[in-house]
Amino acid sequence: MKYLDEYRDGTVARKVVDEIHRVQTKPWVIMEVCGGQTHSIVKNGIDHLLPEGVELVHGPGCPVCVTPLEMIDKAHAIARRPEVIFCSFGDMLRVPGSDGDLFTIKSEGGDVRVVYSPLDCLKIARANPERKVVFFAIGFETTAPANAMLVSRARAEGVPNLSILVSHVLVPPSIAAILQSPQNRVQGFLGPGHVCAIMGYREYEPMSARFKVPIVITGFEPLDILQGTLMTIRQLEQGRAEVENEYSRILDREGNLPAQKLVSSVFEIADRKWRGVGIIPKSGYKLRWEYREHDAEKLFNVKEIDTREPDICISGQILRGIKKPHDCPAFGTLCTPQKPLGATMVSAEGACAAYYAYGRHLKAEKEEREAVHAMGGAA
Amino acid sequence: MCLAIPGKVVETFDQRGLRMARVQFGGIVREACLEYVPETQIGEYVLVHVGFAISRVDEAEAERTYQALMDLDQLTELESPVVEEMEPGKDRR
Repeated sequence: MKYLDEYRDGTVARKVVDEIHRVQTKPWVIMEVCGGQTHSIVKNGIDHLLPEGVELVHGPGCPVCVTPLEMIDKAHAIARRPEVIFCSFGDMLRVPGSDGDLFTIKSEGGDVRVVYSPLDCLKIARANPERKVVFFAIGFETTAPANAMLVSRARAEGVPNLSILVSHVLVPPSIAAILQSPQNRVQGFLGPGHVCAIMGYREYEPMSARFKVPIVITGFEPLDILQGTLMTIRQLEQGRAEVENEYSRILDREGNLPAQKLVSSVFEIADRKWRGVGIIPKSGYKLRWEYREHDAEKLFNVKEIDTREPDICISGQILRGIKKPHDCPAFGTLCTPQKPLGATMVSAEGACAAYYAYGRHLKAEKEEREAVHAMGGAA
Repeated sequence: MCLAIPGKVVETFDQRGLRMARVQFGGIVREACLEYVPETQIGEYVLVHVGFAISRVDEAEAERTYQALMDLDQLTELESPVVEEMEPGKDRR
């Protein structure tokens, strides 16, 4: 329990914060990529411990958030079919499509089930040979090995009534897209720890060199985030741009090789649309041709669904670090976790939902009230 | 949902050719697939993401990470329903 006490005791964190204040001399914008990191930063107020010149912006690493509305509508169309048992991770159930969410479909008689592991779907498919079992395979690199194993086993064991609706995205192409944007403000990245537990960090090295940007692979605990921020600021201040690993107790440069091997035998790289952002080339996975019999998009032939996101929503700019939740006039008023208007509010790991959950909309409201008051006073 | 939860391997078994384990997370025990960390032994700690062990960790790290996840309310997925193996036609949802 020694470690736990050291961690709970704030002195180590205080030392790191002091060191950040000591080394930082210029303003820097740093993006944390992973939604778990965003949640941890907002919950623990880590951004408020940093010097005024250091701004944390919140990246695209929440898989529920970036799943496009069209894909959610497709999932719902499949889930409504009477012959289908539709399986999903719990977090997708409350995400609204153009017409209701998976809970609504379940309450209207659809067979929608929450699963803990993708492998649960195999058990359900074997128990229901006359039904079609479809799994909503969303996620980043961390989740891909689990979903790849499901499809690989379905084929190996001959479970023909199991298919997956693939909406898999990858971190490095999204970072590249952010860096290539003319509006980009991000100068350094806290890389996603658990994604790199699978992939290692080797693939971030060419990007760091090409864009001359520090990338520090970081965990999600408060001390990790502070340490990762310090390492990033040190690089920026010294004019270095390297990949460093703050999370070496969990991962190394190579990652989990058996997982990478299975993933690349089941999936291939494909263009993917990201909610709020649009299509990013080669930014996700699709099933390989050999696995087409388990590809729900092919099996159900759901036609392309036209969707429209509210014009007011700025989640695309938030996901790229151009804006923050407070910059949105709808934040906490028209747009709340109960009635989300866009990507960053639909899951607890989205930046807007995290700001809302920890009361930051209240501050926004207060500032707005004050601003209105000041304007009224001047007029 | 990209976070992985540390737990202790309390039992290992074979499930249709897959190396599986029962992993204890606080008071909850769930199944996890060990195919991606095949060298794992009973009594060791692993990071588990959606029912798959992805990395081995030491006990102190496991303890710390578990606490951090609890602080972030990130343990709810462990409470998802357990799906048992069923005979065809016996699935009463």
